[in-house]
Amino acid sequence: MLGEGILKGMAVTAKNFFGSYFSAERLTTVEYPEQRIAPFEAARVFPFLVFDGADWEAGLRCVACQICEKECPPKCIYIEKSTDKKPDAVGKLQFYPARFDIDISVCMSCQICVEVCPFEAIKMDTEFELSTDDRFGGLLLDRKQLAKSNEYYHQIHSTEAAGVDARLAAEKAKADAKAKGAAAAKTAAIAGEGA
Amino acid sequence: MSLTQSDSAAVAGQLEGWSRPTMMEPESEGELMEVAMGPHHPSTHGVFRMDVTLDGERVMRLRPVFGYLHRNHEKIAEGQSYLASMPYTDRLDYICPLTNNWAYALAVEKLAGQEVPERAEYLRVILGELTRFQNHASSIGFLTQEMGAMGTPLMYAFREREKILDLFEELTGARMMVNYMRFGGCRVDASTEWLERTRKVVAGLNKFTDEFDRLLSTNEILMARTQGVGVLKAELAVNAGVTGPMLRASGVNYDIRKVDSYSIYNRCKFRVPLGDHGDVYDRYMIRMLEMRESIGILEQALRDIPGGPVMSPTAKIRGFRPKPGEAYGRIEAPKGELGFYLISNGGPNPYRYRVRPPSLINLTVLEDMCLGVNVADVVLIFGSVDIVLGEVDR
Amino acid sequence: MKTVEEIKSAIEEAVPGAAVEIAPNPNPALPHSLRIAADNMLAAAKFLRDDAELKLDYLSNVTGVDWPESLEAVYHLYSVEKKHGPVIIRMHTENRTDHVELPSLTPIWRSAEFQEREIFDLYGIVFTGHPDLRRLLMWEGFKDHPMRRDYVAPDDFEYEPTAHDEVLKRAQAHEAALHGQSIPGQTGTEAGA
Repeated sequence: MLGEGILKGMAVTAKNFFGSYFSAERLTTVEYPEQRIAPFEAARVFPFLVFDGADWEAGLRCVACQICEKECPPKCIYIEKSTDKKPDAVGKLQFYPARFDIDISVCMSCQICVEVCPFEAIKMDTEFELSTDDRFGGLLLDRKQLAKSNEYYHQIHSTEAAGVDARLAAEKAKADAKAKGAAAAKTAAIAGEGA
Repeated sequence: MSLTQSDSAAVAGQLEGWSRPTMMEPESEGELMEVAMGPHHPSTHGVFRMDVTLDGERVMRLRPVFGYLHRNHEKIAEGQSYLASMPYTDRLDYICPLTNNWAYALAVEKLAGQEVPERAEYLRVILGELTRFQNHASSIGFLTQEMGAMGTPLMYAFREREKILDLFEELTGARMMVNYMRFGGCRVDASTEWLERTRKVVAGLNKFTDEFDRLLSTNEILMARTQGVGVLKAELAVNAGVTGPMLRASGVNYDIRKVDSYSIYNRCKFRVPLGDHGDVYDRYMIRMLEMRESIGILEQALRDIPGGPVMSPTAKIRGFRPKPGEAYGRIEAPKGELGFYLISNGGPNPYRYRVRPPSLINLTVLEDMCLGVNVADVVLIFGSVDIVLGEVDR
Repeated sequence: MKTVEEIKSAIEEAVPGAAVEIAPNPNPALPHSLRIAADNMLAAAKFLRDDAELKLDYLSNVTGVDWPESLEAVYHLYSVEKKHGPVIIRMHTENRTDHVELPSLTPIWRSAEFQEREIFDLYGIVFTGHPDLRRLLMWEGFKDHPMRRDYVAPDDFEYEPTAHDEVLKRAQAHEAALHGQSIPGQTGTEAGA
């Protein structure tokens, strides 16, 4: 019969149309911004800097090694190293970034900076509602705007943050054990000399 | 030293049929009209212009104009490391970022002699076939959109595509610009929950394909508009370097997954659908059938995926300097043969980085297929080639 | 499929007097290519396409390469009928300045049509015998060849919305040179980078 194909097709569209009143499978619209889909844990938008503790400046993990700046494909990171040093999470004295700018109008969310960072200092944020009407500075984030706490990191990427914390704790334990071993050897040497 | 015009003309004269199409003779008495279709056009799949010369409604000549999306990807790649080019490959054929990543990773692994662990190969196949499925579904959706179906099949295809994009986001962090493959494997391992969710999605794909098929394949309007339109003969297709579903629709059995057997495709059982006529309907049908074959490959790969690491222990992320040499790595991307030709001089950046774009080369025969047809059919023929401008212009 | 040496001898047999040499791949594990002189290329290519054993009917990729001494075109050939490949052939120009012609292989493989146009556009190799040699990706009237290693990007940064530092200086200098004015705050009358 001529038109049979069209009628079969109309049966499919009718099934979808009437089915959308009954099943969420057929009606998949989410009315943003009143309704929102929960973001996936792995989702990534733009980078942010992690700090431990309460003080963002003192607890910033970044040591301004500039590896992320070198590896960033569109070169959106700009770092200026400090002239003095401050102690990091394991107690070693490190440089810190006096300036750390990311131009998020250039950033392409490729996440290579996160991959190459040896200090777990830069991670991907999930905040995407960042539009601004300030076109000359609004999308250039400095280190104060980029610094977010480790608790926030746990909130947005819980399993990843737990893994990072475990790794850093293991490193700290190793460094502590090494320091204790060195101190014990030193006191033994002094005691040996004294005796 | 240079060949004279008469020499090459002599050679060309011997090779009848491979020369470029000449402008047709108009039938009516009136003037010919030159229309620029594009670049700002809803049906040109991106910023693309075709200068068509019309006699009434029939096309006398068609000149494609490229370059509106040219971003000089190849020169950018010469100035940065191999890894830094990986996110740029996402943006070539932006509907199928994972297969672009895969082709580039394959080429670099060939260049550097880098091994890839088995689990990573299975993951690559799973993600590649998911990409192929959503690309073909969207392509059919866009084709029907151009026929005037006002978006219904397109939205059904996109509804299914959303499920696949959700899988990508869960695994790689991004829906489209995934930056997931690395030289020596994949960036991040897939959890068992992800594999379970993928199995569930794949289990629903057969039902979707059946529904999609029932909606479209026997539709009289679709058949009337696409059968016999835009016929491409097999010899011209091979000589013009056409690859992918367009070549197979013309009846040529050449699927790089079978020919090169790269990755673990030699372990997967799948068929290669071939067309009889080489018209728009055949290309549509080939894509529909390839969607079904992809589901089969997905089921096999999801069943057989082994454990183990997803990155080779010898792979380097930073400081990657392959030995001097050159390599050409190619895969069967959803659009055709996507190849990367890399020349390394031992440094951290490639000396020459070339993308072989299937979309651009498939367009070589656009004028051949469009001569003598109505303007409305030009849109259909162009849609059946299935191009993405990011790849054509790079 | 024949090895590179066998293909070389086959070409030399079919095209008498052809200057064919094996261009070794610096990485010996990867396939070597054949460098053929530009004068013999058309005949050699026809042989490669029509020979009963090789039947290389599918030209997959045409690449332009910019070497310090010359420009080169590299062709990757496969066979759809015999399902083998690749056979890589290359030819290079005499120099990079005035002798930049090479014979076009479009009469033999139509897939070279757009790819050779792109190489003409981005590298400047003139393919004689190409049916329609004009720019592909850059616009008509564009001068210079962008993929060459000595290409210098022009200073017309008028489109840059947030110019600052170096880019701003160059954009202002370009604007000034365009309108023949001098810029306040910049010494010297030399405007334009």
